[in-house]
Amino acid sequence: MTDTAVRVAGLTKKFGAFTAIDDVSFTVERNKIYGLLGRNGAGKTTLMQLLTGQQFATSGTLEVFGASPVENARVLQSLCFIKESQRYPDSFRPQHVFASAPWFFANWDDAFAARLVEDFRLPLNRPIKKLSRGQLSAVGVIVGLASRAPLTFFDEPYLGLDAVARQIFYDRLLEDYAEYPRTIMLSTHLIDEVSNLLEHVLVIDEGRILMDQDAEQLRGSASTVVGKKTDVDAFVAGRDIISRDGIGGLASVTVAGLGEAERAAARAAGLELSPVSLQQLIVQRTTSTTGSATLDETESKTDAWSTHS
Amino acid sequence: MIEAGKPIFVQIAEQIENDIIDGVIEEETSVPSTNEFAAFHRINPATAGKGVNRLVEDGILYKRRGIGMFVATGARQRLVVARTEQFRANFVGPLLSEAAKLGITPKQVAGMINIESRKGSNS
Repeated sequence: MTDTAVRVAGLTKKFGAFTAIDDVSFTVERNKIYGLLGRNGAGKTTLMQLLTGQQFATSGTLEVFGASPVENARVLQSLCFIKESQRYPDSFRPQHVFASAPWFFANWDDAFAARLVEDFRLPLNRPIKKLSRGQLSAVGVIVGLASRAPLTFFDEPYLGLDAVARQIFYDRLLEDYAEYPRTIMLSTHLIDEVSNLLEHVLVIDEGRILMDQDAEQLRGSASTVVGKKTDVDAFVAGRDIISRDGIGGLASVTVAGLGEAERAAARAAGLELSPVSLQQLIVQRTTSTTGSATLDETESKTDAWSTHS
Repeated sequence: MIEAGKPIFVQIAEQIENDIIDGVIEEETSVPSTNEFAAFHRINPATAGKGVNRLVEDGILYKRRGIGMFVATGARQRLVVARTEQFRANFVGPLLSEAAKLGITPKQVAGMINIESRKGSNS
């Protein structure tokens, strides 16, 4: 037993001329909750498909629990992958999904599944085809939680789930994880909602890993400095600037890593400091790498990743 | 409760400290478990554990095996001493430097404080 669940080195996946995953290396430690975050088309789903043996890597190495997942029964038994749009046989009803789940998942907990069905008010006997979008998502969420797989992937698991149902998902996930620790990778656009649940954050952008950091280190690692443009420019000169915004003579610049003394200096210079949430930080990091996005930046900060719900 | 932009484990540690100072949690009584903190604040249990461990390192909490975390004897007094020092550094220092900028002497500042505190006690 090692502490590593996933080890990836130089992983590349190409679809024809398009490089979906571009020379990526990282490790995933056991029994932590990871956030796999990034914009649409960044490569999140492809990466999870590679990790679950549903795609073949173009090059590089990939180990899940010490071996390649591709057609490896021992590894695949330990995985659960909840997809954004899971398909089921036409004749299936939710009760059939839950009845067959124990065949695939050794740790399946029937009682827990039944409790979740009540929590989500899921009609067990309605044909899957007749379920609403949110109810369909609930089926996946229940499978993902009650399977208690040693490595569980949730890929945008809650399309159509209302705010109450999402909160139930977060609460049950935390409760059950506390009792049955396991490795969980949560891919989502709703960063603000999940950020406090995460222990580690992987941010992927254009097929590359942009951030691979402890969530607590990221929190508080950046500050936004606001004030007169000349003062702000003087203060941020030579610092790691994450993003920059301004109107007239005012400037607002987000910089990384300010110590206590530097904060005091900024306040003494008449500048305002405000904290940056994980979501703001990631949005700013991923917009700034694409270059020309200065005009819609303010809009995209709030909207880009939370539009569908 | 939990604010963005500040490490959560620091906030958890500060909340427990506040409860000890306010007497909400008394010395030699137990504090909630890591999982209870995690469920209540909806945060990762490892993060909550980090906040609790920080107080263990500082000798504010100690572990009774198989039972849980307890507030150490003398913890409240030690926290008050530490917070008093922080109060001096965070509030009194800046107060005096702002006063100096405006040409107000420390003696005048003391006078102002006296007047303000009398106002407070009358109301």
